[in-house]
Amino acid sequence: MDVGPLPQLVVSGILTGLLFALISVGLTLIFGVMDVVNFAHGEFLMLAMYATFGATLIGINPILAVPVVAIVMFFLGAVVYRVLIRRLLAGPPSAVVFGTFGLLVFLQGAAQYLFTSDYRSIPNLPFQGTLHFGAVNLGEAQLVAGLGALLMTALVFAFVEYTEPGRALRALSEDRVAAQLMGIDVQGMNALAFGLGIACVGAAGALLMLTYQAYPRIGTEFALTAFVVVALGGFGSVQGALVGALLVGLVEVLGGFYISPALKMIPVYLLYLLVVLVRPQGLLGRR
Amino acid sequence: MKKRLALGTTFALVLALVGGSATPLQADPPEVVIGSILPLTGGLATTGRGLKLAQELARDLINGHISYPVTMVGGYGLPHLGHARLKIVFADSQGNPDQAKTVAEQLITQDHVVALLGCYASAQTATASQVAERYGIPFLNPDSSFPNLTERGFKWFFRQTPHDGTFSANLFQFLSDITKQKNAKVRRVALVSENTLFGTGAADAEEAEAKKYSYDLALRMPYAANASEVQSEVQKVKAANADVIFQASYLNDALLFMKTYKQQRLNVQGILAQDAGFIDPNFVKNLGKDADYVLTRDVFSLNIKHRNKGVPLINELFKQRSGGNNLDGNTARDFTAVTVIADAIDRAGSTKPAAIAKALRETKIDGKRTIVPWRGIKFDEKGQNTLGNGIIEQIQGGAYETVWPFDVATKPAIWPMPAWDKR
Repeated sequence: MDVGPLPQLVVSGILTGLLFALISVGLTLIFGVMDVVNFAHGEFLMLAMYATFGATLIGINPILAVPVVAIVMFFLGAVVYRVLIRRLLAGPPSAVVFGTFGLLVFLQGAAQYLFTSDYRSIPNLPFQGTLHFGAVNLGEAQLVAGLGALLMTALVFAFVEYTEPGRALRALSEDRVAAQLMGIDVQGMNALAFGLGIACVGAAGALLMLTYQAYPRIGTEFALTAFVVVALGGFGSVQGALVGALLVGLVEVLGGFYISPALKMIPVYLLYLLVVLVRPQGLLGRR
Repeated sequence: MKKRLALGTTFALVLALVGGSATPLQADPPEVVIGSILPLTGGLATTGRGLKLAQELARDLINGHISYPVTMVGGYGLPHLGHARLKIVFADSQGNPDQAKTVAEQLITQDHVVALLGCYASAQTATASQVAERYGIPFLNPDSSFPNLTERGFKWFFRQTPHDGTFSANLFQFLSDITKQKNAKVRRVALVSENTLFGTGAADAEEAEAKKYSYDLALRMPYAANASEVQSEVQKVKAANADVIFQASYLNDALLFMKTYKQQRLNVQGILAQDAGFIDPNFVKNLGKDADYVLTRDVFSLNIKHRNKGVPLINELFKQRSGGNNLDGNTARDFTAVTVIADAIDRAGSTKPAAIAKALRETKIDGKRTIVPWRGIKFDEKGQNTLGNGIIEQIQGGAYETVWPFDVATKPAIWPMPAWDKR
């Protein structure tokens, strides 16, 4: 049987999904630990992309830039937590919504002012080749970005599951009060979670620069997908984000091909609605 | 209304004469006042301000404030009107169709302009020209490309720019010319277009042209310009197995498509684009050498074998005023419009709107006398310039080279484009 472009579509969908996963993991982590929906998540992606672009301008290899940017973004996240999010958490619940949304507007405006609205791509990118497996074409850059995202997601998962601070994070997300009574430093852990979440999206931004271009409004293009992924996979679940992201990537690419490119997000949102109706906590979510 | 206008003009003439006799110095020449509606504030303000500079430059050349022989008019004003000086009253549309209408009304009733220019954005041109039509004032549109503007049966509306339909026709004329020249076989064409007004209009026109030239329509694919990836889109194009891709995209999607075409090693004989994202300076900056061989239509280029040898000089004058910006398709067209209206008013030898409209209808300007790459300016009964055309450029070594029409080309077109693995 001739399956036509199906294998290619599946591969493209998975690689697309892996990047969505890394973007979404940070979002779900932050939500899981401190119940904060970070509306400015996409803007941190944008900042990381500019940071990567800047790093390559001074001669750093884009692959080496991934950990560097992730670490820088970790500290930026921790600072943002200390300066802004901590104060917002002390206010009414809507304070967090408006606060992070305000951060979105601010970061977008600042980027527009500082970097102008020009588009930036890394010049002389590595991995420009394409691998051929039968009928399947695999862009090297796309492959590297996808594998990098998978690796980073796995690292975050291992950290949360198997390390002492990871356990503390999970304890916090399960029962805040009990965790506090057990002597877990809530502020410290919150800062860690926020930093970690931003580091994830930072790594995603750096990897994204292998196949994408940076501009001030790029964050919003990916943030919406990230929210769908997180809701689909289950708020607060790292594995859920991975599963949700792969599903979204596959449905988007397959739907785009077999239905219509202009309508490719419709199956994604339908799937999301279906899951929310049948399983409101998301595919792998608790509660 | 017209009576008042005539009275006003007479009054001005008398004043000028009186002034002349009272002083031994040369009389202040009379003025002919036209209005110009541009988006001087709001989202289109950067463009609007450039257009104003271009119109002012043309005005100053016509009035002889800059000594450069403009072949369009006699120099030192409008010779048939006693060397009257051309005055342009600028009004701000704020990039808003309602505001464009309001200021059109003000220009006509308060400033008593004898003709109107405007408004860059098609939506504003549409409303402002309605007002001009109602008052019976000639409206010359330099630069709005929405095809229907000249399909409204207006008597006072003139459009000098070719419209979107013409541009699409040019792409197919080029395709036909180049395949003949290179003895290439093109049968299947794929139309890739973003799914808002711009892309849909372009694809409609392309589909009609494809039928005219009897190409097989292998694919017509509208897509959402705000997509974060175009994997399925590119697979659809690939499955269509087309010889040529016609593409209408904004910048971000144009970049995504090009990167994905390369990644998926999608090889065609040519990619023919509808300007927009493909002529944005960011296109080449972001794609580097991967932008090469793409063909795009454009309205204007400095990199062209100029029919009019004065273009580089006028560009220099414009650069002095614009802080170093070169003339582009928009500013060049607006510069041209001022010379076209001045030519008409001069030939009319009158400031009566009906006389000016009649003169506009009799306009016959050879392309050599304009700074735009057109065969000329001549309006049909709908008010559309029939001698306008776009140009086709090809990115070669990171630069936009004009490759069509062949007589103004700076480089021969490279066809077919080399396969991705052979670059």
